[in-house]
Amino acid sequence: MSTTTVSHLDKVKDGPWSGGKSPWNLEYGKIMMWFFLVSDAFTFSAFLIYYGAQKFAQPTWIDADKIFQSVPGIADSGQPLVFVGIMTFILIMSSVTMVLAVEAGHRNSKQEVVKWMLWTILGGLCFIGCQAIEWSHLHHQGFWFGRNPATGLTDPDAIAAALQPYFTKEISYTAALQFSNLFFTITGFHGLHVSIGILLNIIVLFMTLNNTFERRGTYLMIEKVGLYWHFVDLVWVFVFTFFYLI
Amino acid sequence: MAHHDHIAAHDAQEHGEGMDKKRIWSVFFVLLALTALEFLIALGFVHHWGILQKGALVNTIYIALTLLKAYYIVAFFMHLKFEKSSFIVICSIVFIFIVYFITLLLIEGGYLLHHLHEHPLYPNK
Repeated sequence: MSTTTVSHLDKVKDGPWSGGKSPWNLEYGKIMMWFFLVSDAFTFSAFLIYYGAQKFAQPTWIDADKIFQSVPGIADSGQPLVFVGIMTFILIMSSVTMVLAVEAGHRNSKQEVVKWMLWTILGGLCFIGCQAIEWSHLHHQGFWFGRNPATGLTDPDAIAAALQPYFTKEISYTAALQFSNLFFTITGFHGLHVSIGILLNIIVLFMTLNNTFERRGTYLMIEKVGLYWHFVDLVWVFVFTFFYLI
Repeated sequence: MAHHDHIAAHDAQEHGEGMDKKRIWSVFFVLLALTALEFLIALGFVHHWGILQKGALVNTIYIALTLLKAYYIVAFFMHLKFEKSSFIVICSIVFIFIVYFITLLLIEGGYLLHHLHEHPLYPNK
């Protein structure tokens, strides 16, 4: 009678869902960040799908190559896709520096974390600056929330003349207005996310400098903020494709 | 608080594997190559040399390249590939609704395109 069999009901359960530990071996905050990002992906998807629905329901649309063809400081026209290419490169680079910051955090190398976080913040600021330049360029041409260059004109020839430079096929005031509203709304919403991301990165940088993570023994917060930053980059990849390529 | 952080530190160590510096830079070069390819097609083939026309074919290529870039960012930069498979499923299966939404709005958009201009009050100024 040296061994006693434990009844099935009394056995201590140790499966992933039996409690006492995270079922996916992930910290709670990280799981919640993922869930938030999935929900935010839905919001952006809804916006972009709406853009696609509007664009393909119209017989004509603004030609992206005609409306985005300047490179600030270098060329005023004739260079479509160059400036947005620079913006895309900047954001992807900042994503890489973010991953490098996370990797440095795994090795508890505080100085490297600070270095890579600084580069990430710089990349984010450059991107926002470029987006602001793109916005102001369009604004000076007459586009804004609820208006396009032909807003306020009554003579149909004047309207056509004002919108002619931006269309390749037939001209449509409605299409130009739709494009303007959707462009500023979607890129504005994305820019808001980038700005919040930059703010989070700055906060986390200060926490790193103050040795908060050294005291905690983990740089997990860098990972969580990094997830948000990669999401921002991911959304840009889709926004860029939909507005500038398709 | 200390107990929570200890668990967090333990988790962090277990997830450290998979993305060393070499892997990070090689994924970056993959993303760079995919982006360069997109630009080669858009600026070169379509805009400058006219080899391809704007239309369904290049749009499909762009979307495919974008989805590929999205996969690399989510799987490697966001580390999702290295998480437990049930977690990956939970985060991805949900996008089936997005696929449905895209299909639905493409159909709706196509209907509007073909039928709206037949309406006498179509306001296309």
